[in-house]
Amino acid sequence: MSDYFAVFELPRKLQLDEEGLRRRFYELSRRHHPDFHQLAGEDEQAASLADSALINRAYRALRDPLARVEYLVALEGGQENSAPAKPAVPRNLLMEMMEVQEALEEAKGAGLDEAALERLRVERGRLLDRRAATEAAIVAHGAEWDAAVDQGADRAPLLTWFKEALATRAYLRTVIDDLSQALGEDQDAHVSHRRH
Amino acid sequence: MSRIVGIDLGTTNSLVAYVEGGIPKVIPDAEGRVLLPSIVAFTPAGVVVGEAARRQLARNAARTIYSVKRLMGRGYEDVRDELGHFPFEVVPSAEVVRIKVGDREVTPPEVSAHVLRALKARAEAFFGEPVEQAVVTVPAYFNDAQRQATKDAGRIAGLDVLRIVNEPTAASLAYGLGRLSEGIIVVYDLGGGTFDVSILRVHDGIFEVLATNGNTHLGGDDFDRVMVEWLLADVKAAHGADLASDPEAMQELRLAAEAAKCRLSFDERTTLTIPFEAFTYRREIARTDLEGLIGPLVESTLGPCRRALADAGLDRAGVDEVVLVGGSTRIPLVRRRVQEVFGREPHSRLNPDEVVALGAAVQAQILAGGITDMLLLDVTPLSLGIETLGGIVSVLISRNTTIPTMAKEAFTTSVDGQTTVDMHVLQGERELARDNRSLARFDLAGIDPMPAGMPKIEVTFLIDANGILQVKASELRTGKAAAIEVKPTYGLTEAEVGQMVEDSFTHAEADVNARLLIETRNEADTVMTHVERALNQGAQLADAEELAGIKAALERLREARDGGDRDVIRERTTDLNRATERLAEAMMDQALKGALGSKRAAEIMEQP
Repeated sequence: MSDYFAVFELPRKLQLDEEGLRRRFYELSRRHHPDFHQLAGEDEQAASLADSALINRAYRALRDPLARVEYLVALEGGQENSAPAKPAVPRNLLMEMMEVQEALEEAKGAGLDEAALERLRVERGRLLDRRAATEAAIVAHGAEWDAAVDQGADRAPLLTWFKEALATRAYLRTVIDDLSQALGEDQDAHVSHRRH
Repeated sequence: MSRIVGIDLGTTNSLVAYVEGGIPKVIPDAEGRVLLPSIVAFTPAGVVVGEAARRQLARNAARTIYSVKRLMGRGYEDVRDELGHFPFEVVPSAEVVRIKVGDREVTPPEVSAHVLRALKARAEAFFGEPVEQAVVTVPAYFNDAQRQATKDAGRIAGLDVLRIVNEPTAASLAYGLGRLSEGIIVVYDLGGGTFDVSILRVHDGIFEVLATNGNTHLGGDDFDRVMVEWLLADVKAAHGADLASDPEAMQELRLAAEAAKCRLSFDERTTLTIPFEAFTYRREIARTDLEGLIGPLVESTLGPCRRALADAGLDRAGVDEVVLVGGSTRIPLVRRRVQEVFGREPHSRLNPDEVVALGAAVQAQILAGGITDMLLLDVTPLSLGIETLGGIVSVLISRNTTIPTMAKEAFTTSVDGQTTVDMHVLQGERELARDNRSLARFDLAGIDPMPAGMPKIEVTFLIDANGILQVKASELRTGKAAAIEVKPTYGLTEAEVGQMVEDSFTHAEADVNARLLIETRNEADTVMTHVERALNQGAQLADAEELAGIKAALERLREARDGGDRDVIRERTTDLNRATERLAEAMMDQALKGALGSKRAAEIMEQP
């Protein structure tokens, strides 16, 4: 797996200067984009295409704090290709979500009157808050990770924590999408839970 | 290094532009017109394009193709619903759309190639040298098949399409030459048949597209269509006539509706008058009437605007500038609604009809190495994925990913000894394969027979800077490249394009021959008319033998005129001219004598 941090000559840390990353992205693009190698030979053109594709992928993975954690977990986990294996969803969450799913089924069965819709909306609001809290926690743990890197400490427990938090987030996202769909508000969200 | 031109291949009009002294300029034709109507008429005498073809719209409705961009890269099933609005015939088929013109069938890329060829000829006449390379623009929301079809059209027209550029981003490049502030720019592009919205971050010469959205089947054409439907009902109520089954009347109605729509962008009211054979239809239309008709269509552009903002991770407060592109943005209702959505007054300081072509010329100059401080970083508008078990799509590249980009996926076999694996590649945002656009099926062949699950084939999906997919595969254990056979779902195969390139040479020759024959006949007709007039008016100036000679030459030309041999017609025209030379001179002398006395014509001519 290509090390996207290395593309930008960065250490594998989670807290980074996003403005600086963008500046570096623009610089590298100016150097490698196919537009500036149009007149070159076939080999150089092919190389610029591959380099440019790598730079673009790397920037996409690193520019967003959550995508950055996802990528780091995959990289440190030494996974081939882009498909991260899904860790198990935490048990307590699973129990809780089954209740939501039940409520959803019930609501659907009852034909979704205004009261049922309202219940689903409240439920979704609660889950959205919970997802936001999970995401904030993931980003906040970036500081711990970076400190561990600086001190050369064991990072395995943190990596496990990240994996579980990401799994929780992915699961919440799926349930939120299901609720949105039941509420007939999924037009804009239909790809949101798919892998990026 | 030959010159690279920029081409805007539009639904309604097309343009060609170039950069001179750092400034992009559109190239006019010999009459000074810059817009070439994207209309191609297949007449018995040959193919005509542009204004000449526009005049055939009502007269030769079944063989005059317009708005073909709506059919590019699409299948018959996709466009079925709107075919009723076209007066030409589209042949039902499972794959690429084919249009019937007389006894021949043409594909949309071939029709577009005629438009491109006309623009190429225009540029060549302008520069006085061959033009073989171009940057061609497409709607940002065009999928892979539609882009590929556009590239194919270029090839058929004898143009090397160095780059496919998205229209809204091309427009931003045209504005970028000192006319755009730095920051977040929204380009709202509503043309004749397509709608795009792109959101860019412009910083220090870098034009980074953050998100794009749109609808490749929404534009001025659709506004015309709802107007026509409304007028049709009105004609029926006023005159009891149903024009729906009369293609020529429908074309008249469409052209009149289009013209009225354009006038209503500037006037509050307008009157539409169409002299049909049986009656003259007259109707006053107010701008508010038009707005009532097109309102829902204009509304439908706003959802994509909001989605693009969300995909860019922005809200409207983050937008610094809103630019309008495309002829349909002249409509006041469109301007009002765009302003409401983005909370900012939009502008179109550059001509919205020309700005895309100007931007294409800028991109051409960047590729030629003439501009080094500007760079466009565009995105792929649609997610790309492959079909997996149960018809579910697994996304490999998400929409709004900066291009070029690539993704790798490993494949294996599921049966012992299996030697081929097939992949179905799709584009779109839906969960199920059947709801997305099928791009192609790829057959990986030549896998060594092994137990199931043993082969490891790595497939690389690369979207290049044109937004076009390239697929490569290799067997990981041997490192050997795997053979891939591509079956485009709605596109032309490599062999078909090659055949069309060849045909275009043959047809180009046929078309040129047809035109030359017509010109030769026209010249023969002119000479014969003059001779007939001379025989009527000046017969007394020639003796019987001379008259007999002239009449014989006239008869011989008349016989040859309707034949297909241009050389014979030309030869006999020359003969007839020669046979009447003396008589013509005698007649001129006499005419001058009447006016000037006895001087011979030759003497008068010699005077300074």
